Amino acid sequence: MIEVRDLAVDRGGKRILEAYGFHLESGSVLSILGANGVGKTTLLGTLIGLLKPAGGKVAIDGRIGFVPQLFEVPFSYSALDIALMGRARHLGLFGSPGAKDYEIVRRCFSMLGITKLEHQTFNSLSGGQRQLVMIAQALGSECDLLILDEPCAALDYKNQDKVLALLAQLQKDHGMTIVFTTHMPQHAVEVASHVLLMTSGRDFLFGPVPEILNAANLSDLYALPIGRAEFTDRPKHTFAPLFRSGETASDV
Amino acid sequence: MTSLFRKWIGAGKAPIPVLPLLLGLLVLAVLYSVTIGRYDLSVQEVALILIDNIYPVAAPDWEPVQEVVVEQVRLPRILAAVLIGFGLAVSGAALQGLFRNPLVDPGIIGVTSGAGFGGTLSILVGISGYGLLAIAFTFGMGSIFLVKLLSTVRGRTSMLTLVLAGVVISAFFSAAISIAKLLADPFQKLPAITYWLMGSIASSSYADVLLIAAAVVPASLAVYLLRFQINILSLGEEKARALGARVVLVQWIILIATALISAGVVATSGIIGWVGLVIPHVARAIVGADHKKLLPVSGVIGAIYLLLVDNLARTLTTAEIPLGIITALIGVPVFAVILRRVHSRGGWADD
Repeated sequence: MIEVRDLAVDRGGKRILEAYGFHLESGSVLSILGANGVGKTTLLGTLIGLLKPAGGKVAIDGRIGFVPQLFEVPFSYSALDIALMGRARHLGLFGSPGAKDYEIVRRCFSMLGITKLEHQTFNSLSGGQRQLVMIAQALGSECDLLILDEPCAALDYKNQDKVLALLAQLQKDHGMTIVFTTHMPQHAVEVASHVLLMTSGRDFLFGPVPEILNAANLSDLYALPIGRAEFTDRPKHTFAPLFRSGETASDV
Repeated sequence: MTSLFRKWIGAGKAPIPVLPLLLGLLVLAVLYSVTIGRYDLSVQEVALILIDNIYPVAAPDWEPVQEVVVEQVRLPRILAAVLIGFGLAVSGAALQGLFRNPLVDPGIIGVTSGAGFGGTLSILVGISGYGLLAIAFTFGMGSIFLVKLLSTVRGRTSMLTLVLAGVVISAFFSAAISIAKLLADPFQKLPAITYWLMGSIASSSYADVLLIAAAVVPASLAVYLLRFQINILSLGEEKARALGARVVLVQWIILIATALISAGVVATSGIIGWVGLVIPHVARAIVGADHKKLLPVSGVIGAIYLLLVDNLARTLTTAEIPLGIITALIGVPVFAVILRRVHSRGGWADD
């Protein structure tokens, strides 16, 4: 369960978010959409506890596993080394992963079907593979709630599909609560039960996907003339929003 | 190249026991180093003389003078080299992980010159031994504090500014050392300071070995205990905090341990640079980046390396070459190669 009430967040002396609030039940999947710089990463940072709210309240039930945007590490860690770091919470300041930690992380690897990547250098993996390793890291931390920052950014269609299908499966089989940011409304349609449209630092829409994700709201969100956003009963990947022809952003 | 090498030694599948192998090499290197010098000794004689201390040999066939050469003249210096090499390599590996920066070592981030100034000041006013260690440690910590202050903006430490801040603080303390030299008595203290600053372990006694050990052993132990935390911190501060690491606490323990090692080295042997930069790269190529293996393997390779360098220092010419000069002559080109590699990967862009 995630409860956000009257949230305000400052960053670098500037107010980024103001009066944000929503309530998400356990086992739901929330997709967060919004233009660049609107404060998606700030919101995620506040949810996972990296940023302190300047006002309001964030209450989260259960342990959070966080998957950051794609990144490279400065040294030649293996995929297994990286995933094992998720065990940090279960080990003391002076601890180091033992047999049990290896077992838990290896189980996550086999569940995600990436056992053969174990000994490969993390930086040498493709974007999609790195994303799966990071999800294994989060799952290895034995989290109840998965928060992902643009899990599909920089991935090709096939890998996007793989990551999204995995998220859907985690929700279905394990009742995992999932929150992720994306720039593709169709990702929300594919796996999310709820959607948060961040129009600005103070304006937002929150609710079930079918109710909120329509052409008018998307037009507002991106300040673009979106003509159709009917996503139901369409095959995967074809339901990107269609723009009205002959119009520009200024006509919205 | 690196991955080929790791494949060759079987990293990942059935890895050969790297650490025991290196420890065996270290023992051999120590025995061999004791034989080197004007007074001729064989490895076997040296081994017997040393074993005699633990299990008395039935019929010793060496002369008392040989025992003195081994145990009083050569061994303290060799133990000093082992401890210094071990400590510098461990602190370099820990700092590189902590700052997720392959270009860092105690010298680069200004600790060495800070401790060096502390040492110079001590010699100037006539303090030696543990008093010198304490003053060198204080100034080493001071320079770490200043470098952190200069390079951290809003809780983030950038790779580039860290190195630059180190350069600036080093320059400051070098100037301070020059002032101290100007004030020093040109016939007694100035030569002492100058030769000491070049880094040498020629005159090491067991008291010096004990002093280095007092700094290197606890500090290396503290760093090793944090091996997994260093792994996590090398992902970056934000990711480490999201994983639940106690970033600030771990950073300070490692910085204090590093300053202690540098102070211990400086207190007895002057400024010996570049070991902490070069050795972790060699170790990483052999055992990978996981600090659980990297820290001890770096330490042992560092010990072997410094021992060999010291052998060079005492045999290359009739007059001894200060150790710090040789480590710099080897370290600088290596630094240049690493810098090129980091640069070609676009490493500066992402902090």
